[in-house]
Amino acid sequence: MAAEMTKARDEDWKASLTGESKWVRWTLIALALGYLTLFLFVPLAAVFAEALKNGLESYLAPFQDPDTLAAIRLTFIAAALAVPLNLVFGVAAAWAIAKFEFIGKQLLITIIDIPLAVSPVISGLIYVLLFGAQGWVGPWLIEHDIRIIFALPGIVLATIFVTVPFIARELIPLMQSQGREEEEAAFTLGASGWQTFTHVTLPNIKWSLLYGVILCNARAMGEFGAVSVVSGHIRGLTNTLPLHVEILYNEYNAVGAFAVASLLTLLAIVTLVVKTIIERKSAHSRPAHEPAWSPQPGSPS
Amino acid sequence: MEPAAGESILSIQVDHVTKRFGSFTVLNDVSLHVQTGELIALLGPSGCGKTTLLRILAGLERPDEGKILLHGNEVTDQQITDRRVGFVFQHYALFRHMTVAENVSFGLRVLPRAQRPSPDLIQKKVDELLALVQLQAMADRYPNQLSGGQRQRVALARALAVEPKMLLLDEPFGALDTKVRKELRRWLRRLHDELHITSILVTHDQEEALEAADRVVVMHQGHIEQTGTPEEVYEHPATPFVYRFLGDVNVFHGRISHGEALHEETQREIPGGEDSSGEHEVTFVRPHDLELSRDRTTNTQLEATVRFIIAAGSRVRIELMSKDSSQTIEVELTKERYRELNLRQGDVVFVHPKQQHTFRMPGPSSV
Repeated sequence: MAAEMTKARDEDWKASLTGESKWVRWTLIALALGYLTLFLFVPLAAVFAEALKNGLESYLAPFQDPDTLAAIRLTFIAAALAVPLNLVFGVAAAWAIAKFEFIGKQLLITIIDIPLAVSPVISGLIYVLLFGAQGWVGPWLIEHDIRIIFALPGIVLATIFVTVPFIARELIPLMQSQGREEEEAAFTLGASGWQTFTHVTLPNIKWSLLYGVILCNARAMGEFGAVSVVSGHIRGLTNTLPLHVEILYNEYNAVGAFAVASLLTLLAIVTLVVKTIIERKSAHSRPAHEPAWSPQPGSPS
Repeated sequence: MEPAAGESILSIQVDHVTKRFGSFTVLNDVSLHVQTGELIALLGPSGCGKTTLLRILAGLERPDEGKILLHGNEVTDQQITDRRVGFVFQHYALFRHMTVAENVSFGLRVLPRAQRPSPDLIQKKVDELLALVQLQAMADRYPNQLSGGQRQRVALARALAVEPKMLLLDEPFGALDTKVRKELRRWLRRLHDELHITSILVTHDQEEALEAADRVVVMHQGHIEQTGTPEEVYEHPATPFVYRFLGDVNVFHGRISHGEALHEETQREIPGGEDSSGEHEVTFVRPHDLELSRDRTTNTQLEATVRFIIAAGSRVRIELMSKDSSQTIEVELTKERYRELNLRQGDVVFVHPKQQHTFRMPGPSSV
């Protein structure tokens, strides 16, 4: 009885620390949940509801369409090129920024953020301006029969542009906080630069790196704005999945549009699941909270 | 103070090394010789360049001017990996994703295949080293499961695994608490006596330097102030800086007498004066070199009042206020002497130095 009262008083005391009464807390929680339901969960559910409303057969029909398959293929190709490139660039940039002092470091950090700051449409337009028929190098490209705009290279370029920050930004703060000492220790122990990278640097950043790759991949596959500008929407040739969804929808093929959209949504869900697993893993990869050790008697500690 | 070359093998030779970071000169024409098997302490306040000198020796930094010779071979431009130098970092720098055993064996595992020992040999070596640093039971732990002192011993074992020609320790005990530091530096000294590996220990802790090292190199503002055995630098500091840095000291402007014998020669007023050369004299006396008496025995004694008495500890620390200059004077007495004098706060005492050191400083006297 007394213990219960103490416990209750304890809870009250804890609540008084945050200074909010019960109904304030519940109102805030309800508000947050309601907001998320209304703006995130309901639309997501609607995607699947719309896609499946005429039954499984009509849901699967768009996936037999060669244009859809081409769009899937193109999306995967763009991501398969953009993600590895940004992986290499992201690691290199983060390494340089975190481990070395050089002139223009702050500028580099700012430049990496540009794709997040500008509208994707503008990112696309930049490439049209550069490589388009009326662009700076457009005439030269036409002369040499090289197609960039309204072709695969343009789509890949636009995808790379918008996904540049994801891996680098994930790694920079981590590598900065880890400092240079472990690498220096590896060097003094005779490790080469490459050995140091593979044995010391990479294992220390692997979970953040994977996390960055996942986010980068999600964005690469889902990008609409930038790709839309450079693609030209040629069915079966330069249509990526998001663009294909738009085309189907504009043709009043709601079921088809939602079916393809559900594929992208599934991709997003898979991404989130993997992301959560990685977050758990990376938290566990530092076994900081294991039981205390027993120091050896007689040894300096 | 420097031993002549050829007397025994010079392990490390630093030749007129200068290093600048931007417009700041960290090391200014520093030269230093270290004998094989010596344990040297680089001692100085933070920012004096001691760590930079150590990093230059390891090859982690490159000097702007001057040369580094290891065992007679110039290594100034040699790659860090070719120097075979063991380096121990202040914050351990253990590989956090590797176990203790993996950390220790790292230097062996990254050797070129032709020189790499077999896995069995590596294992044997790791066991030996862990026994040496008394951490056999910790082989499978991760660094963050160890205490600071244990981590630093792993770092030491890791550095020793590659059989370095010399060991460089950068404030190795700086991040540990006082008790552990004390244990570890004695342990390090014993270890050094066992292994006889040429070692340089960087520290800002004078006690650590004086206790652990064969020779102490006192550094200040990018140059070496004094090099000598711990006793030499403590008993005969070459400069006012060394005097101040190695322990507590009372500073008197002017000169005070050195007992009866020197009375005639040195009697002078306090605070003392400038002389014709435009220099002034500054006298340094350690707190334990001051003697107190109840009565005036010579007229060169300073009259002072007892302000504080701190009697906790093995010796009694007494803070006095000088009557003439209202300067604070710190005195350290043995318990016996303190009881003999039977001092109380506010008592008037007479102070005279048993031992003192006077330096001539340029410029007029000022506090």
